[in-house]
Amino acid sequence: MGIIKAAKLIFEYISRDEQDNIDEVSRAIDNLDLDIKEGDFVAILGHNGSGKSTFAKHINAILLPTEGTVWVSGMDTADDSSLLNIRKTVGMVFQNPDNQIIGNIVEEDVAFGPENIGVTTDDIWKRVDESLKAVGMTAYRLKSPNKLSGGQKQRVAIAGIMAMKPKCIVLDEPTAMLDPNGRKEVINTVRQLNEQENITVVLITHYMEEVIKADRVIVMDDGNIVMDGTPTEIFSHVDELKRYRLDVPQVTELAHELKMAGLDLPEGILDIDEFVKYLMPAIKQGIKQ
Amino acid sequence: MTKDAKKDIIMRAEKLNYIYSRDTAFEHYAVKDVSFDIKNEEFIGIIGHTGSGKSTLIQHMNGLIKATSGKIFFHDTDIYSEGYDMKKLRQKVGLVFQYPEHQLFEIDVLTDVCFGPKNQGLDDEQAKERARYALSIVDIPENFYKKSPFELSGGQKRRVAIAGVLAMKPEILVLDEPTAGLDPRGRDEILDKVSQLRESEHMSVVLVSHSMEDVAKYVDRLMVMSDGRKVFDDTPKVIFRHYKELEKIGLSAPQITYIIKRLREEGLDLDEGITTIEEAREAILGLLKNNKGLDDI
Amino acid sequence: MIRDITLGQYYPVDSVLHRLDPRVKLFGTMIFLIALFIGDSVPGYILSTAFLLGVILLSKVPFKFMVRGLKTVVLLLLVSVGFNIFLTEGDVVFKIWIFKATRQGIILALFMGLRLIYLMIGSSVMTLTTTPNALTDGLEKGLGFLKVIKVPVHEIAMMMSIALRFIPVLIEETDKIMKAQMARGADFEKGNLIQKAKAMIPLLVPLFISAFRRATDLAMAMEARCYHGGAGRTKMKPLIYKKADYIAYCVLFIYLFAAIALGILF
Repeated sequence: MGIIKAAKLIFEYISRDEQDNIDEVSRAIDNLDLDIKEGDFVAILGHNGSGKSTFAKHINAILLPTEGTVWVSGMDTADDSSLLNIRKTVGMVFQNPDNQIIGNIVEEDVAFGPENIGVTTDDIWKRVDESLKAVGMTAYRLKSPNKLSGGQKQRVAIAGIMAMKPKCIVLDEPTAMLDPNGRKEVINTVRQLNEQENITVVLITHYMEEVIKADRVIVMDDGNIVMDGTPTEIFSHVDELKRYRLDVPQVTELAHELKMAGLDLPEGILDIDEFVKYLMPAIKQGIKQ
Repeated sequence: MTKDAKKDIIMRAEKLNYIYSRDTAFEHYAVKDVSFDIKNEEFIGIIGHTGSGKSTLIQHMNGLIKATSGKIFFHDTDIYSEGYDMKKLRQKVGLVFQYPEHQLFEIDVLTDVCFGPKNQGLDDEQAKERARYALSIVDIPENFYKKSPFELSGGQKRRVAIAGVLAMKPEILVLDEPTAGLDPRGRDEILDKVSQLRESEHMSVVLVSHSMEDVAKYVDRLMVMSDGRKVFDDTPKVIFRHYKELEKIGLSAPQITYIIKRLREEGLDLDEGITTIEEAREAILGLLKNNKGLDDI
Repeated sequence: MIRDITLGQYYPVDSVLHRLDPRVKLFGTMIFLIALFIGDSVPGYILSTAFLLGVILLSKVPFKFMVRGLKTVVLLLLVSVGFNIFLTEGDVVFKIWIFKATRQGIILALFMGLRLIYLMIGSSVMTLTTTPNALTDGLEKGLGFLKVIKVPVHEIAMMMSIALRFIPVLIEETDKIMKAQMARGADFEKGNLIQKAKAMIPLLVPLFISAFRRATDLAMAMEARCYHGGAGRTKMKPLIYKKADYIAYCVLFIYLFAAIALGILF
C-alpha cells in the first residue's frame, strides 16, 4: 500500500430543499481506485467539475467518503481518532493564496500549524526557520502577507505546510490565480521539495506545462480516472486529452500534427530538444523519398 | 493589413501619466508616458507582468481612473473636457474586470444582465431585449434566464458577467484576463467567442492576458507594458522576434517561437515570424514539399 | 485612495516601551485612564503630565504621531469645551450674544479638554508601540482568567486576529467591486438617501458573498492545518514577563497610588 490509497471511493453532494428533503444527489466521485507511491510527483488533470478537487479534499479528511475508503499512510480517513495524524502527514495548499494565510506576519503564519499540534516554542522557531528557507522566503519573514505577490503568498502557504513536517503535500490548483512568473516560482519550489526532501507531491492543475516533469499523470473525468501513466504516455493521446477538455503543450501538439501529416515522429514529445532530435532525421528522410 | 490603415480611430490617448500616492515617499508612476490609439474592429492585446501598469492603463480607457496628466480622446472628443458624460463613456467602452463573476448580485441571470442597460436609462422591456441579445451572444440558453446566477458553473457565471457588459452595446470591449481560472477548453471557448464579437458586433476588443500563446493566436496588435511604460506596440509577429528583450522584462515568447528559433539554428529555412502551431505546421510541411532549405544539413 | 488606509498605527522603532509585554501596556493604559479621572485637580494633572511625558520620551515615537490621533476628535473636543465654557453657572467673564462664559466654566473646560487630549495621546502611545498582533495576544493571555466563567477568550482573540488580517483584503475587494459596477453604469453618488442606499445593493451583495466564500475557504485551510480550537495549542511567541515588565508594573502601581493620594488630598 502506498502513502495514499483510495478503494471504491464514492462521494455524493446532497442538496436539500427548505423542508430538508433530499432535492438532488450529484455524484462527484464515482468508484475511484488509486494508489500513490511515497516520494512520487503525481499530477492530476481534469476539467472544472471533473471531481479532482473533491478527491483532493478526501486525502486530507476535509471530506469523508460516502462509500469506499481512503487511507493515508495506512490510516483510514474516516477514523476520527487519527484525524490530526492524517493532517500532519498530508498537508494541503489551496487555490486562493489570500484565503489560506491566517497570520498577520509571514513567520507567524508559518507557525500556525506547529502551534496547533502543540510543538514546543523552541522547535516551532526551528521549523519556521527551516520551512521559510526551503521555500526561499526567509527574507520576507517579518513582512505582512498583504504586501506579497501571489506566488510569494503561495510559497508562504507551502512553508506553513512544511513546518508540520508532512510526508505528502496536496496542492489544489495552486497556480490558477497566479501570473506566469508566480506559477514558475511555485512549481519550482514544489519540485525542489519533492527532489530534495523526498516529499510526495499531488499537484492538481490546468496547466499542461506544469506536469511534463511529473513522475505520473492522472486524468480525471466525471469523477473517475480515465488516463493514468507517465507524461509521455499521457501526452501521446492528444485527441483523447482534447476530448476531456484538456490541452497539450504547443511542442507536443505541433509534433502530433506533423505526425498526422505523415512525418515519422513519435507521439508524446514533451520538450523542444526532444522535438528537434526526432524532427531533423524525419525531415531528411522525407526529402529522400 | 492595408485595410486596417483605413479603419477609423475610435480612441486616442496622448502621453498618459498616472502617479500613485503623489507627494509622498511612496510616489510612483503606475503609467508613464503612454500613448496609443484603438481603431474600429481592432483586436489589441496588452501583456505585461503583474504590476506593469496594464490594469491601471485599461481603467483609464473608460474613465474609472483619471490620468494625472495626458489626454484621451473618444471619437475626437477630449474625455477630460468640462461636462463630458463619463457615464456614457463607460457604456461605450465596456470594461470586464478579472473574475467578473464576483460582481453578480441579482436574483436571476436575466435581471443581472439588465443592470447595465437599466443604468443607461432604458425601460424594462428595452433592457430585457438587450439582455437577451447579450446572453445569446455568449451562448447562455433561455432556460438559464430565470436561474440564480450563483447556481451556475464557473464558466457559465463568467459568460453571464461578460454578457452584463455586452448588454450595454459597447463600441470597445476591454477584458482583463477573461480566462483566469478556467480549464483549457473553457479558455478557448471564451477567446473564440470574443474573437467572433468584433466581426459579428463590429466591436474593437482589448484583451489583457498573461498567455503569449493566446495573444499570438488571436490579436492583431500587441502592446507590451513594463514598469508603467509601453515598451512595444506592434504585431505579435514582430514583437516575438524580440524574445530576448521580452525575457529581460520578465516575459517570454510563445513556445512555438522558441521551436522555430531552434529549427533555424539547425539550418531549416523557416520564417522567424511564425508564432502559431498552424503556421509552424504549414511551414515545416512546406519545406518538405519544396525540398528547399536543406542544403546545409 | 481607499488602499492607502492602513490599519492600526504601529510605529516601528526599538524602544523600551516597544519591548514591554503587551499585557503591561494594556494595564498601563487602564491605570492612566483611572488616574486621569480620580486626579481631577492641578496636582493630579501635573502628575499625569509628567507620567505621559516620561512615557512619550521612552517610546522614541516622534511627537507629531502622538497628536495625529487628535484630528479625529477635534470636533468632539471643541463641542465639549464649548459646552463647558458657556453652560457652567458661575462668575461671568465675558459674553457673546446670549452666551455667558464663566470663570468656573473656563477652568472646567480646560480640565475637560486636557483630559480628552491626554486620553487620546495615552491610547495612541499604546497602539503606536504595540503591533495589533501583540495586542490580540495580550488580550488573550491577559484576560485568560475569564475562561473560568466560560468566556471564549481564545476564540475572540482568534477572531480579532483574523479580522486584522482580512480588513485590508476586504477594503481592496470593495474598491474592485465598486469599480466593476461603475463600469456597468452604477452611480454611487447620485440621488437622495434612499436612492443612495439602493445603489449600495450591487456593492453589498457581491461583497457579502465574497466574505462568506473567504470565510469558508479560510475555515477549510485552518482545519487542514490541524486547527482544533485553543486546547493544546502552543505559541511561537509566548508572552513571558521579563525584568523590565516587573519594573514597569511597579512604576504603574506607584503612579496609581500617587494619583489616588492626590485625589484624596485635593
